[in-house]
Amino acid sequence: MLRYALKRLLATIPVMAIVALFVFSLLYLSPGDPAAVIAGDIATEEDIAKIRAQLGLDQPYLVRFGSWLGDLARGDLGVSIFTQLPVSTLIGQRIEPTLALTLCTLIVAVGLAVPLGVLAAARAGGWIDRIVMAVSVLGFSVPVFVIAYGLIFTFSVWLEWLPVQGYRSITEGFVPFIRHMILPSLALGVVYMALIARITRATMLDVLSQDYVRTATAKGLAPGTVLVRHALKNAAVPIVTIIGIGIALLIGGVVVTETVFAIPGLGRLTVDAILRRDYPIIQGVTLLFSAVYVLVNLLVDLSYSLFDPRIRY
Amino acid sequence: MAAIAEAIAAPKSVSPTIQRFKDALRRHPTAIAGAIVLVLMMLVAIFAAWLGTIDPQALSPIRRLRPMSEEHWFGTDMLGRDVYSRVIYGTRVSLTVGLAVALLATTIGLAIGLVTGYLRWLDAVVMRVMDGLMSIPSVLLAIALISLTRASLENVIIAIAIAEVPRVVRLVRSLVLTLREQPYVEAAIASGTRLPAILMRHILPNTLAPLLVQATYIWASAMITEAILSFIGAGTPPNIPSWGNIMAEARSLIQVAPTILLFPGLFLSLTVLSVNLLGDGLRDALDPRLARRI
Repeated sequence: MLRYALKRLLATIPVMAIVALFVFSLLYLSPGDPAAVIAGDIATEEDIAKIRAQLGLDQPYLVRFGSWLGDLARGDLGVSIFTQLPVSTLIGQRIEPTLALTLCTLIVAVGLAVPLGVLAAARAGGWIDRIVMAVSVLGFSVPVFVIAYGLIFTFSVWLEWLPVQGYRSITEGFVPFIRHMILPSLALGVVYMALIARITRATMLDVLSQDYVRTATAKGLAPGTVLVRHALKNAAVPIVTIIGIGIALLIGGVVVTETVFAIPGLGRLTVDAILRRDYPIIQGVTLLFSAVYVLVNLLVDLSYSLFDPRIRY
Repeated sequence: MAAIAEAIAAPKSVSPTIQRFKDALRRHPTAIAGAIVLVLMMLVAIFAAWLGTIDPQALSPIRRLRPMSEEHWFGTDMLGRDVYSRVIYGTRVSLTVGLAVALLATTIGLAIGLVTGYLRWLDAVVMRVMDGLMSIPSVLLAIALISLTRASLENVIIAIAIAEVPRVVRLVRSLVLTLREQPYVEAAIASGTRLPAILMRHILPNTLAPLLVQATYIWASAMITEAILSFIGAGTPPNIPSWGNIMAEARSLIQVAPTILLFPGLFLSLTVLSVNLLGDGLRDALDPRLARRI
């Protein structure tokens, strides 16, 4: 197991190297001269050239990539052009709301989608199945911000049950935190739920037609037990896989959801950085999100043996 | 008996593929509904100027934030522009971006996938690059690319297409890997057919059906991505009325004028839904094995 884990971890290195090379190339190609920005308005050509040499900006591409990787290894993601603060500091300040939002969404989405997918498969062709499938097609088609405004209009403007927007840290109390999280997590979770429910249903349909499920039913086990202990457990690997892959949808959606609900997280940081053309921030966030995505899917890979004892490493 | 007689009498000219296609469409009324809505939207996009619209950019400061009326069907926005005209013209942007991205991404992906699927030595390198690109969530990838360039419709299309290419390459490559083990490909190799001919004549035609399905889904997701990019201010430039732009400008007006958000959102969702339904129908018709699974 440990050897396999190590092997898989090593296999992520080329992938992350490609990501790093891509992100660095963006920085390399980005218009504007950081040296000129640092030097200020009254600097002469010579001053700028001196700063360029100091920063190593006059070095060739691969040398700069090397030193950038070295900085990265020390956790240095560069300095924001607009605020002059280290990107790692800015990310650190904004990470909590994003983490809270994605975790809430993950819990809501998986908690609703898996049971719905199981039910849809258990009663294939029935009305639950039809509704789940119809809603999942809709979920793929209605963009996250349209859902978000629909929810805001219904529950905040019209019914006035929940706040329109904003974020409360969990340290300010659990109830305000949850009240501010319900709508964003639902809006963000819809596509993700649609995806998980579909795959759950499809895999469960496959598993339910297996002989051992018929045997379990024939020997008189309760339908619920058969469904969960025999069928769901055997359908777990594809379901967990899609939960991991779907994280990409969540990350893309976070940027939009945080904008709609005015949540001061990493998504909002990215949007502000786009508007100000603050490249180091865009690159830092891209790198971080990609690393998280790769890591989550590595963990998903390693979790297979928990669900399926036939998979041993 | 009558059915059998009919089947025997049926003209032989209809190929089984086309017949299967027709049957599947008959069995999938949602796909037909999707196609109809999509055609309607395309007509709206083409004839936008003749649908009772006025200049979507025409400012009218004295008519700011008017509610829905005979004169302004969807009301007016913060600058007094006619929301109905803006939404109708927005159809052009969305459909253009969707179609262009689908064409561009599948063409590039097909070319890369065909060659890498066939040449083993290239495969390892290209697939690592694709894995790397795929581990950057596609919205972020598009944002990062767009931030490098001037905001323009072309750049939006290119950025979204690049973000979609790796998935197409994956699909084509996996198809090629199975296809090249087929006896007829081996026969072609044995009889001395050269590589370009094998790719073009024996492999390419067999990738087209799954690719068409994939292209439809890319079309749908590209329209969503364009709207997302425009909505967060990294997409279509503000002087072009796109659904994402209209919604971005109305962001703070949800309590005052929710209809400005409602109509572009409705049009966008309906269009994406129609393309998705069409895609599902095509998938069922062209790939019966997959159809039963999902």
